Amino acid sequence: MTTSTTVPVPSTRTTLDHVSTLGRDAATRPTAYAPIPFGRILRIELRKMFDTRSGFWLLASIGITSILATAAVIAFAPDSSITYEAFGTAIGFPMSVLLPVIAILSVTSEWSQRTGLTTFTLVPNRSRVIGAKLVASVAVGVVSMLLAFGIGAVGNVVGSAIAGVDTTWNISFVQLGTIILANVLGLLTGFMLGILIRSSAGAIVGYFVYSFVLPTLTSILAASQHWFSDIRHWVDFQDNQTALFDATAMRAADWGYLAVTGLVWLVLPLAVGLWTMRRSEVK
Amino acid sequence: MIEVTSVSMRYGAFQALDDVSFTARPGRVTGFLGPNGAGKSTTMRVVVGLTPPTAGYATVGGRRYADLPNPGREVGVLLDASAQHAGRTGREVLTIAQRTLGVPAGRVEAMLDLVSLTRAEAGRRVRNYSLGMRQRLGIATALIGDPSVLILDEPANGLDPAGIRWMRDLLRDYADRGGTVLLSSHLLHEIEVVADDLVVIGHGRIIAQGAKEELLAAAGTLVRTPEVATLAQALADAGLVAHACGPDALRVEGDPRHVGLVALTAGVPLEELRPAEGAGLEEMFLELTSDSQRDTTPEGAAA
Repeated sequence: MTTSTTVPVPSTRTTLDHVSTLGRDAATRPTAYAPIPFGRILRIELRKMFDTRSGFWLLASIGITSILATAAVIAFAPDSSITYEAFGTAIGFPMSVLLPVIAILSVTSEWSQRTGLTTFTLVPNRSRVIGAKLVASVAVGVVSMLLAFGIGAVGNVVGSAIAGVDTTWNISFVQLGTIILANVLGLLTGFMLGILIRSSAGAIVGYFVYSFVLPTLTSILAASQHWFSDIRHWVDFQDNQTALFDATAMRAADWGYLAVTGLVWLVLPLAVGLWTMRRSEVK
Repeated sequence: MIEVTSVSMRYGAFQALDDVSFTARPGRVTGFLGPNGAGKSTTMRVVVGLTPPTAGYATVGGRRYADLPNPGREVGVLLDASAQHAGRTGREVLTIAQRTLGVPAGRVEAMLDLVSLTRAEAGRRVRNYSLGMRQRLGIATALIGDPSVLILDEPANGLDPAGIRWMRDLLRDYADRGGTVLLSSHLLHEIEVVADDLVVIGHGRIIAQGAKEELLAAAGTLVRTPEVATLAQALADAGLVAHACGPDALRVEGDPRHVGLVALTAGVPLEELRPAEGAGLEEMFLELTSDSQRDTTPEGAAA
């Protein structure tokens, strides 16, 4: 027997043995698999919103900006203005920017980071993935709003104590609900643009045009053109949303205007986006 | 079993795939060969439902991929190792796949072991991965559901020689156990070593397919001579089909003995006479795809 140096040749057969039932347990290999339940896809999509550094900090920034906005009201607002509404308004602005961005990125990252290649291979039914993203985004939005209102409430108690004034709770529960609804509508607008444009930068720019440029234009138009001022309720989705921040002013007709413009500016483009996305190529 | 049936794909005026049909069988590694831009990746995307074809269809195990209830349990797919969120850790990428498929959490560590990614590497974000590490992570993702079919697009890209050897052994073992492997590459030598069956594609059309041995046998005889024109004429007179193969060589559809006899009769001196098989797959591949290569045809720029 020769005693030359033996180069150990690792047996590849044993490596697959640990991870593959192929050939080994032909009888025990299942022939049919259960479909992936929606709840599982939903939990995965929620997880994907938190599991990157950028995603984590984006969500953390909701808490951080709420605290900063609350601190700013306590520090700078005149004593007479230390009311719950002041805190709500201060916190509301960063939320109206952050929530749509969170919704946009949950959709567009599948394309910009190209993770869609894996996501839509593991779950070929794209509508189920998008549906899960929609539920996850709205859930994150509502929870964020509740958290922000909570931070604002603490700020209101602390701020009024520091200022030595009575604590004023001048936002009703109904109003809390409509403000949350307004923010969810903004989040859905971002979500819709994410699906329609499927590019992070494009959708974010689109959102700012939608929410900040267009309303300015319609305001100017309404101020200068009498005919537009008359029909504005029927076309201006953003203007109808601002009414939600003062729920006491919402009449039945206002809900109607909101529903009609929401259908045209939100639901319709969302449907178009879903239709094209289902047929698009994922590369 | 993967069956692609008459798949065509058209982007405007550009015909990316033209009536592509082939079968990848269980227990065999099917090599999908073609120059860049020939349509390999597009075909694979059609198979897994990421690209809707203009015409035709593809099935995996007799069903359309999109109709599989939990496709990751039956088909392992790696289309592009770079298509991962740069901000996720390798372990997180695997965990997402593991949870989506609903396989035991222990599969994550088992797959990391299989592809030789250390615990420390698995904890790093994918943006810090080399292409070779991404390929290993992609293989791990493809295998985590314990599938019986593997679809891999250029998996050897970025792997070092030891990694390529590892990948080759893994796929061989996988097919020997009864698994179906469809493996694309533009690297001929890589495919030649591991594949049992070959599907050669160029300009969106299937140019050749069959068992590797059969295709190599069909490659005929390579003959080299300074008097190419004279020999070509003599071969034509003898009823043999010859193809130009460089400036001083011919590839003849016939056995070397027959070709040698024709050359002897015609009095043509030979510099080389051998079965084209000895030249390896490369010559056959270059020959078969010569009119599909962008290097040799100006109109190939359209691809």
